[in-house]
Amino acid sequence: MQQIQVGADRVVASAVAQKQEVQMAFKAVNFHYGSFHALKNINLDIYKNRVTAFIGPSGCGKSTLLRMMNRMYDLYPGHAASGALLLDGEDILAKGCDVQTLRAKVGMVFQKPTPFPMSIYDNIAFGVGLHETLTRADMEERVEWALRKAALWDEVKDKLGKSGTSLSGGQQQRLCIARAAAVRPEVLLLDEPTSALDPISTMRIEELISELRAEFTIAIVTHNMQQAARISNYTAYMYLGELIEFGETDAMFLSPKDRRTEDYITGRFG
Amino acid sequence: MMTLARRRKLTNIVAMTLSMLAMLFGFVWLIWILATVLKLGIPGVSLELFTKMTPPPGAEGGGLLNAIAGSGVLVGIATLVGAPIGILAGIYLAEYGRGTWVAAATRFINEILLSAPSIVVGLFVYGLVVSRSGNFSGWAGALALALILVPVVLSTTDNMLKLVPNSLREAAFALGATRQTVIIRVSMRAARAGVVTGVLLGLARIAGETAPLLFTALSNQFWSLDLGQPVANLPVTIFRFAMSPFEAWQHLAWAGVLLITISILVLNVISRVVLREGGGH
Repeated sequence: MQQIQVGADRVVASAVAQKQEVQMAFKAVNFHYGSFHALKNINLDIYKNRVTAFIGPSGCGKSTLLRMMNRMYDLYPGHAASGALLLDGEDILAKGCDVQTLRAKVGMVFQKPTPFPMSIYDNIAFGVGLHETLTRADMEERVEWALRKAALWDEVKDKLGKSGTSLSGGQQQRLCIARAAAVRPEVLLLDEPTSALDPISTMRIEELISELRAEFTIAIVTHNMQQAARISNYTAYMYLGELIEFGETDAMFLSPKDRRTEDYITGRFG
Repeated sequence: MMTLARRRKLTNIVAMTLSMLAMLFGFVWLIWILATVLKLGIPGVSLELFTKMTPPPGAEGGGLLNAIAGSGVLVGIATLVGAPIGILAGIYLAEYGRGTWVAAATRFINEILLSAPSIVVGLFVYGLVVSRSGNFSGWAGALALALILVPVVLSTTDNMLKLVPNSLREAAFALGATRQTVIIRVSMRAARAGVVTGVLLGLARIAGETAPLLFTALSNQFWSLDLGQPVANLPVTIFRFAMSPFEAWQHLAWAGVLLITISILVLNVISRVVLREGGGH
């Protein structure tokens, strides 16, 4: 973390926001499913090369918020979004935004591992091929790079032609992370990536997330508060579609400012 | 006074016996049919069956070459025409038309078509093509068979695509894929074993259909693959020969029945294998 000089000219207000480069910013974002108001006036910055965790009880809107960041909600009818959601200063909620290009910049990994019914190699090459035309050698290099990033290379380098579905659950999830990383996005969205995995696989993915931070901006939704505390730099607590509290993870878990946050992270509720 | 455990055991035995008897009932007829087909069909099987034309009434010898070839051509054309239509329509229902009333209505109509008696399809094509053009023809026969094949393939494609988990589609969309890429390279890839099975089962279904051909392709004594004319085919030939007073014809009819039965069996076995080999993904 960049150190701020403590001096006479130190600007106190919103110190958090100033020492980091902002990658994505929610500006007064509202989201409706039909008549249901799923997200209420969200203002939030996602910092570059940091891990931001979203916690809160089921139905609080944290997944909806994540799925706004790559416009996943576009797939289903009956929704309405308002406000602005900036990625590198450009509003991705705007009409002219090309969702395919957006999703190349903002990758996503889901709760359940979703390997495609094709070889391990093709699983990785699939996403890359959608956005870039690479020579065979370049593609091989990229596949290896992505699998190394996901700490999966050593386990699969001798069986790249095997089906992605033949891997174990934890390996499949790392394959999905490799697949998303291979496109070289700026942001990686992780929607409860370890909730379907055993503790050892979970630990490996958590280690991975800390390493991936160097290369990508990471936003993760998790039901596991210890996980949020372990791996994130920033935490956002959400409740009933509202952003209750947002701040540095350590500070938030040690001394939450809002009573509702405190109740949730101390396990009194949720 | 019976204990609960005893009563459960007894109920279990009764239920199991009844279901075994029901299974046996079905099985007996199946074995009987197969045994009869084998017993009466095998004597008629010879090299001539595959090399000679259907004989004139009363003559000895002869084979089914023109009928076999005719059936192959009719079924082949019907599949080439019907399978792509069925697959594309199935893709529409399961992928593009999800939740729309057009898809719901089409699915409902397709269910009706699926169970429509084949003689209805035969008469429909007779009215549509044969009575207007003034003659029975291979094209009319292929059309009737295609009309029977389409709902089978459509329904299987639709069902197999619906089995593909939505999370797989979402994962592909999340990588920035367009809808058509998702459908072709992910959904269809995941469902392909099931779709191929659907085509094979449809093929097996139309290979033995008689009624739709009776009013359309009719039959032909001679070698003819001119689709503008009546074309010989196995089902109608079997129908004519089995009803005839000539013993040679009756033998050929049984041999034809055996041929159709074996080819349907083989198609079913292949579709099972395809589903097992490809379904593991």
